[in-house]
Amino acid sequence: RTLDRELGNMDTDETLPLSQRSEWSDVVPLTQDDGPNPVVPIAYKDEFRETMDYFRAIYSSDERSPRALRLTEETLRLNSGNYTVWHFRRLVLEALNHDLYQELEFIESIAEDNSKNYQLWHHRRWVAEKLGPDVAGRELEFTRRVLSLDAKHYHAWSHRQWALRALGGWEDELDYCHELLEADVFNNSAWNQRYYVITRSPSSGGVEAMRESEVSYTIKAILTNPANESSWLYLKALYKDNKELWISDPSVSSVCLNVLSRTDCFHGFALSTLLDLLCEGLSPTNEHIDSVRALATEEPDTNLANLVCTILGRVDPIRANYWAWRKSKITVAAM
Amino acid sequence: MSTEETERGPRRTNPESPPNYNFSSRSKLMSSTSSSQLVADKHVRYILMAEKKKESLESVVMDHLRMNGAYWGLTTLDLLDKLGTVPEDEVLSWVMTCQHESGGFAGNTGHDPHILYTLSAVQILALFDKISILDVGKVSSYVAGLQNEDGSFSGDIWGEIDTRFSYIAICCLSILKCLDKINVEKAVAYIVSCKNLDGGFGCTPGAESHAGQIFCCVGALAITGSLHHVDKDLLGWWLCERQVKTGGLNGRPEKLPDVCYSWWVLSSLIMIDRVHWIDKAKLVKFILDCQDLDNGGISDRPDDAVDIFHTYFGVAGLSLLEYPGVKTIDPAYALPVDVINRILFTR
Repeated sequence: RTLDRELGNMDTDETLPLSQRSEWSDVVPLTQDDGPNPVVPIAYKDEFRETMDYFRAIYSSDERSPRALRLTEETLRLNSGNYTVWHFRRLVLEALNHDLYQELEFIESIAEDNSKNYQLWHHRRWVAEKLGPDVAGRELEFTRRVLSLDAKHYHAWSHRQWALRALGGWEDELDYCHELLEADVFNNSAWNQRYYVITRSPSSGGVEAMRESEVSYTIKAILTNPANESSWLYLKALYKDNKELWISDPSVSSVCLNVLSRTDCFHGFALSTLLDLLCEGLSPTNEHIDSVRALATEEPDTNLANLVCTILGRVDPIRANYWAWRKSKITVAAM
Repeated sequence: MSTEETERGPRRTNPESPPNYNFSSRSKLMSSTSSSQLVADKHVRYILMAEKKKESLESVVMDHLRMNGAYWGLTTLDLLDKLGTVPEDEVLSWVMTCQHESGGFAGNTGHDPHILYTLSAVQILALFDKISILDVGKVSSYVAGLQNEDGSFSGDIWGEIDTRFSYIAICCLSILKCLDKINVEKAVAYIVSCKNLDGGFGCTPGAESHAGQIFCCVGALAITGSLHHVDKDLLGWWLCERQVKTGGLNGRPEKLPDVCYSWWVLSSLIMIDRVHWIDKAKLVKFILDCQDLDNGGISDRPDDAVDIFHTYFGVAGLSLLEYPGVKTIDPAYALPVDVINRILFTR
């Protein structure tokens, strides 16, 4: 197996094993002492071990040279999870006062193979922090690319949130969330990001100011697919400090009724939202009562909240214990 | 998903799992052993062989996090009551070679210190009842030195901040009985600032709730006696919603189930006293279905390649579910209860 390399400033004989490259002839590689009885190594494992042995040598001698930088690159291409190599690379970058814009490119090329490691993202942040607000757009672009491959990538979202806070660029973020939700309305990360924007963007008026438009947005999303835990949670979050408004807002009540009257979808979240509303003091109308009763196969309970719990225990049986507990907690206020 | 072909048939490696962890290619032969039981002996053998195969590619690639791997393997062995099969002196002397001047431990010899490996090292010593060989003052100073002004913790000198590190610091210092070396109030305040409206916690303030981060935050709050900051009913609901039809648990809404969440979600539910809200029997079955019945080891989900990480979480999850033949594990400290009792009730 050959090791492919992007031709940067590398020595011309870089496809040879390190022990055969003239550039490294002065270095004694340090092996890891792994104990007796080694298994016979196979070819690509040889190259891996050799690269690590040379890395250990320069790490041990603390050589912060251009060839050391190149060696860390080779090592990271073999194993981007090795945090000691990332650390040392930072020391070398600082010592050489290396072009950090080039470093951003290097990180992107590593991320192409494997972007699911903490070390890569922390290194990215370290570089971006040094470059400052100039790279705000670039960080958003980079995370956008990663998210286009995996829209729920936890590290990418974490980095994106940091970039917005530290470098700016909030203006188009809600639109970006919408883009992601159009592609997948179930994307919990995108819903979380909406909340992040409306609560933390310097130009947002906060939840109060954004409530009306966000509620309208969320209701559309719920109606697109009512079996979506995220959209219902988001709707509730919009009324976090205002339970009275939540139970009195007709649009909340009506989205529940709307979903409950449909025959083509999962009713669980609509039912549990209605249950929460009832427990907060919502006075059920005849419409509420009729639409719940229509779903009941059981003996109709005069206590609507009770009946909702019974139905939920049936349509969401894996959480039967939870619904039984909810039923036990129904107070006089919800009757 | 890619498929690794072996002579005996494929066992898939899953790109969604943490990288570098899925290197074993094992097969699932037609076996007469049904997956309705825990093949404990096979898992013990798998772990002991993985320890010996230091030249395997998996081992070489995971070189830098060997301390974590050792903790997962050794804790699993102890849960299956087989810790005695390991050469204690060899392990302990290797652990100590990983300690730096600063007091912190590295993932392996020749690597830099980090809070992640410092906790694993302390946990390994706890398993063998050898905390006494530590210079406790030195280790605890290293950990305490990583606390920031806002109460958060960095992973090492490079400054990465994550609630995982808050948990690690608190767990580690609690085991060493040096919690007073940090500002506990600020540490708790930072964790609480990472609480989201769904009752869950993320890696930093405003980050999406994630079962792994939730375990860390709830664990840290539990150890510091601060669980009153958790809305147990709300979080309990979010956590029990992680259970999907197959009985497995995912880590966030609309994600695939993974055996490691049998630990993160389950231990969190137990710490907030809401574990009865999931269907335990179905979860047990899911974990058992993730076993490689022939070669031992447990994978992230059925028919995928096994690894030490998921083997530990599967067995630890079964412990929390009170599966017979598995020792009881403490949900906050992630160590067997007898180990924790030994520590907390002496001196």
